[in-house]
Amino acid sequence: MEWEVVIGLEIHAQLATKSKIFSGAATAYGAEANTQACAVDLGLPGVLPVFNEEALRMAVKFGLAIDAEIGHRSVFDRKNYFYPDLPKGYQTTQLHHPIVGKGHIEIELEDGSTRIINVTRAHLEEDAGKSVHEGFNGMTGIDLNRAGTPLIEIVSEPEMRNAKEAAAYFRKMHSIVTYLGICDGDLSQGSMRCDCNVSLRPKGQQEFGTRTEIKNVNSFRNVERAIEAEIERQMDILEDGGKIVQETRLYDADKNETRAMRSKEVANDYRYFPCPDLLPVIIDDEYVNNVRATLPELPTSKRERFVNDHGLSPVDAAVLASDRDLAHYFETAAKLVNDYKLAANWVQGDVSAALNRLEVSINELPVSAQQLGRILSLIKDNTLNNGGAKEVFTAMADGKGDDSLECIDTLVDSMGLKQVSDSGAIEAIVDQVLTDNPKLVEGYLATPEDKRAKAIGPFIGLTRKAAKGVNPQVVMDVLKKKLSELG
Amino acid sequence: MHNKTIAEISRDLAAGEYSSVEITTELLSRVQQLDSEYNSFITVTAEQALAQARAADERRAAGNAEAWTGIPIAHKDIFCTNGVLTTCGSKMLSNFTAPYDATVIDKFNAAGAVSLGKLNMDEFAMGSSNESSFFGPVANPWDKERVPGGSSGGSAAAVAARLVPGATATDTGGSIRQPAALCGVTGLKPTYGRISRWGMIAYASSLDQAGTITRSAEDAALMLQIMAGFDARDSTCMNQAVPDYSASLNNSIEGMTIGLPAEYFRDDLSADMQQAVRNAIAEYEKMGAKVKEISLPNAHLAIPAYYIIAPAECSANLSRMDGVRFGYRCEDPQDIEDLYKRSRGEGFGGEVKRRIMVGAYALSAGFYDAYYKKAQQVRRLIKNDFAAALQEVDLIAGPVTPTPAFRRGEKTSDPVEMYLEDIFTIALNLAGLPGMSVPCGQVNGLPVGLQLIGNYFDEARLLNAAHQFQQATDWHLQKPADI
Repeated sequence: MEWEVVIGLEIHAQLATKSKIFSGAATAYGAEANTQACAVDLGLPGVLPVFNEEALRMAVKFGLAIDAEIGHRSVFDRKNYFYPDLPKGYQTTQLHHPIVGKGHIEIELEDGSTRIINVTRAHLEEDAGKSVHEGFNGMTGIDLNRAGTPLIEIVSEPEMRNAKEAAAYFRKMHSIVTYLGICDGDLSQGSMRCDCNVSLRPKGQQEFGTRTEIKNVNSFRNVERAIEAEIERQMDILEDGGKIVQETRLYDADKNETRAMRSKEVANDYRYFPCPDLLPVIIDDEYVNNVRATLPELPTSKRERFVNDHGLSPVDAAVLASDRDLAHYFETAAKLVNDYKLAANWVQGDVSAALNRLEVSINELPVSAQQLGRILSLIKDNTLNNGGAKEVFTAMADGKGDDSLECIDTLVDSMGLKQVSDSGAIEAIVDQVLTDNPKLVEGYLATPEDKRAKAIGPFIGLTRKAAKGVNPQVVMDVLKKKLSELG
Repeated sequence: MHNKTIAEISRDLAAGEYSSVEITTELLSRVQQLDSEYNSFITVTAEQALAQARAADERRAAGNAEAWTGIPIAHKDIFCTNGVLTTCGSKMLSNFTAPYDATVIDKFNAAGAVSLGKLNMDEFAMGSSNESSFFGPVANPWDKERVPGGSSGGSAAAVAARLVPGATATDTGGSIRQPAALCGVTGLKPTYGRISRWGMIAYASSLDQAGTITRSAEDAALMLQIMAGFDARDSTCMNQAVPDYSASLNNSIEGMTIGLPAEYFRDDLSADMQQAVRNAIAEYEKMGAKVKEISLPNAHLAIPAYYIIAPAECSANLSRMDGVRFGYRCEDPQDIEDLYKRSRGEGFGGEVKRRIMVGAYALSAGFYDAYYKKAQQVRRLIKNDFAAALQEVDLIAGPVTPTPAFRRGEKTSDPVEMYLEDIFTIALNLAGLPGMSVPCGQVNGLPVGLQLIGNYFDEARLLNAAHQFQQATDWHLQKPADI
């Protein structure tokens, strides 16, 4: 039978507020256990929550970025369940009246095509602490530093039809929240986590099949792999005439398979009700408009601008626009050299290669966007040829420079990379090469006219060896002239 | 000295009649000698009290004394007190030393008041007789076989027994007004949002309100003056100006309109209770007030609605008492499930467990609309009733309790009978309005309270009416025979 895959994602993104959603404790990652948890985060008797307005602003910003309805009256609810790292025995979240309603985003697929995926809602909630199972002699430690960190949970419609679309959706959401500066996007620290709902149905059937939920997947690659593994598992069961059990599963990346969570890890009736300690959050149009005024250019419009205004290919534009910092780097360099295509080739080529080789982020690269712009400008004005530019870029990436633009000129000089375009100077070098290599000249002159274009190669090599940075076009012209004078 | 009111002590201290250390010592020794009979204190902080008293006297000597400098009071054990045991009347918190001060405590400390200790209460403020306390029942000073009411039974008994001139208390369904009525003292439950709940251990967050138990309306005004005001740490605390409550106490009440809800004077109120309340109304008429019959048509729905909403909120509020981070933890837990079940099973008393169960049930999937949502709709109706009535009248008056203090053990076997104790007080919490209980008579030698209900944030008018009544009568000056 032919099956249709139905995927919906729930993404939790930690908001980059300085303090927690309902307390004044800091949210910074990596502090010593339980040093960033105040009485409110510990859920001590008598404490009360006070809503952090910065979290509201960020959530509204997100809502506007995905063209969503903004909840002018949103309400916090208590979701009740017992867990050791949930101090109050309930999570404060938003059930019926979320801050962000229906919206949508455009995802880009590998072939450059795009698709609209609808977002059902996004709501604010508090993160739980962490249970630490190692290092306590079989007991469990609790670290409440993370407890109360603001989260926005983004729920998609079940509109994705394969694992690649799901990964593209996750990637796009990552791109949007980092563009907005509302989440640091650090997947390895759990700043963004994804729950994947997966089901299969016979192609053409309207109603959904039974779904499973893969919890807490934390990388783009794992979203794709986990969903693929789960699709395969479900398909095997269905093909054998079996039934899917609605359950929560975990993805084991080492074994590349999903497994059911113990039923005890799955809570049942959350007994939601409006939190009586918090008032409904009412915002007016003026508030929303003020937030709207702070929206940066978002990846989709940036991509469209790269294509329409600067002639980049859709695929190149999508890659460059996907990451806020990379896009900024690219555009800064491109504007300086006033050549978007040249800059695009470089950022996707040498720059990306350097990032991979050095294992650094674009912001940590020793070559700044301004410096790259300068290097590319030197290509444009024929001071450097492409090879020389690569050499100076690599030298700088490896730390042989400083923050200044002047260091580029110094390096170009000291490395002897300056392209010699003065034909008088080149003629002298060429004369020397011809004088030093009489046999080659003889051979050349013996070559029939129509094959000479190829036979000129060795002279070019020798000339460039004799003087780095000679302009290859000028060398060719001079060689042709001199050789023709000889015969 | 122990018969002095807060206002009198304030004047005496200012006049140098005695020092804060002297009156603090006197009251501490009374507590030591007499409280074994009442059990109104859970914790006596004698050393800290004397240190505060000495500091107060030094401040006075330096010429920096204010109205509250050196006045001894005590606090219901529901308020977190930094470095002091804070039990909420429960085994669950029998080992909990709070690491911070509630806003109310903070404010009294800042005002220079002296705290003698922490007062007994029904476990987590759930009860109307102070019999659910893990630290044992409190005796009513008027008859030690009888209950003082609850949940602020310790506060009411301590004030009635002249162990302290005033005490903080809280009221979720009548927990200030009912014990005040049963102990013949003056209770004030302010508007919801008038006083910060920060540091006040939550029972039902949308109903809980801090207030006072004193021996006069004048003293209630002095305490409220300290407690009232905005607090950024409580999102439900209103940013509303705090008037000078003492300034309007002596205003004339001539022309004031007092409404009598027909629903509060029916057969469920005995003839002699009715008589006591009607006598008080007559007193007001003598003073020039106009009396008008009004109706609160949904009054009968208050108890059922309350016993959905309060348990629902408490079922979540008490989840943090899980034995993980603080409070009681069972011996040798086998795993986390076992730790939760036994810590909570052993740490909570019967009434608390009953309300958690009721609340969890009312919120559970499939029942939410029929119970919790419906109860909230009823709450709105009750609120509307009061709003309509208060369009026509300035104050509403009625009984506080259906009977005077009952015997210990008399109602413990039937929770519903105990719940009916609050039949006249609960609606007020659902509406969020302020109310008072003022001694207005006696039945069989036991005190009876008059309930006064005012409009939102109109505590000044309530206090004014109560004070005028106390100027004209001496019910508030009556005290148990052996005191």
